[in-house]
Amino acid sequence: MVYLTRKAEFSASHYYHNPDFTPEENRRIFGKCNNPNGHGHNYTLEVTVKGEVNPRSGFVVDLKQLKEVMHREVLDAMDHRFLNKEVPEFLTRIPTTENLAIAIWQRLETKLQQAKLHRIRVYETPDLFVDFYGENSEGKAKSKEPTS
Amino acid sequence: MKAHLTRRYLFSASHRLHSDAMSGEENLTTYGKCNNPHGHGHNYRLEVTVSGPVDQRTGMVCNLVDLDGFIESEVLSRYNLENLNTLPEFAKNVPTTENLCVEIFEILQRGFLHAHLERVRIEETMMNSFEYSGRADLRK
Repeated sequence: MVYLTRKAEFSASHYYHNPDFTPEENRRIFGKCNNPNGHGHNYTLEVTVKGEVNPRSGFVVDLKQLKEVMHREVLDAMDHRFLNKEVPEFLTRIPTTENLAIAIWQRLETKLQQAKLHRIRVYETPDLFVDFYGENSEGKAKSKEPTS
Repeated sequence: MKAHLTRRYLFSASHRLHSDAMSGEENLTTYGKCNNPHGHGHNYRLEVTVSGPVDQRTGMVCNLVDLDGFIESEVLSRYNLENLNTLPEFAKNVPTTENLCVEIFEILQRGFLHAHLERVRIEETMMNSFEYSGRADLRK
């Protein structure tokens, strides 16, 4: 099994708000992130796929194809967007980095043809990132990673 | 759905690597320049990874305010701009970054209850890093 990671960057704005909370609760729990006018980040996305190396091509996955899928499914939808208002998942879910990683996993999982999705890592800033290993994962796949 | 959240912090501290269990010569052979009696310093990059189900009401594994507050009061205020050799945990333990990783992991494991602690990783310099995920027999 070989793991391959492709990075991409996108910029978007968001704010955190749960309509089931009172305004006070929203402010207490989400702090400055509750500002309804939103604020932005330069996100870095890392998509890690895994698979056996194809003996003919020497590839785990055709990188061009992976890049195209990432652009079509994620960047075209999220880059330079207000996540709460323009990305359907976040009309009902709060666009935290956790939910962003989950949404990106769900967008990509069924679209990859050769390799299997292993991990979605989303950096909100260089000092904060979230890893998601899939809906049924308990994170045990972590121990099989080549690094970290 | 379970996710892993990692937060990075910066602190600076000095240390000297020296073991009382070794002779002066052995210390010098083992620790080289790090055995300099006057000590030396690093800008440490601390990386804390926690995990847990994403709370559907907040969209979070844990509130960053809680994690940042805990790290500030229990870790950064303890180690930032200190000489590690003067601290009680390093009175007998050599303040290598391996031992520092274990200390910080144990501080979090004892006191941070908002999410499951997965790992503590410390970059001592850009060229070396250390990580600790707890005792294997205690891991889930």
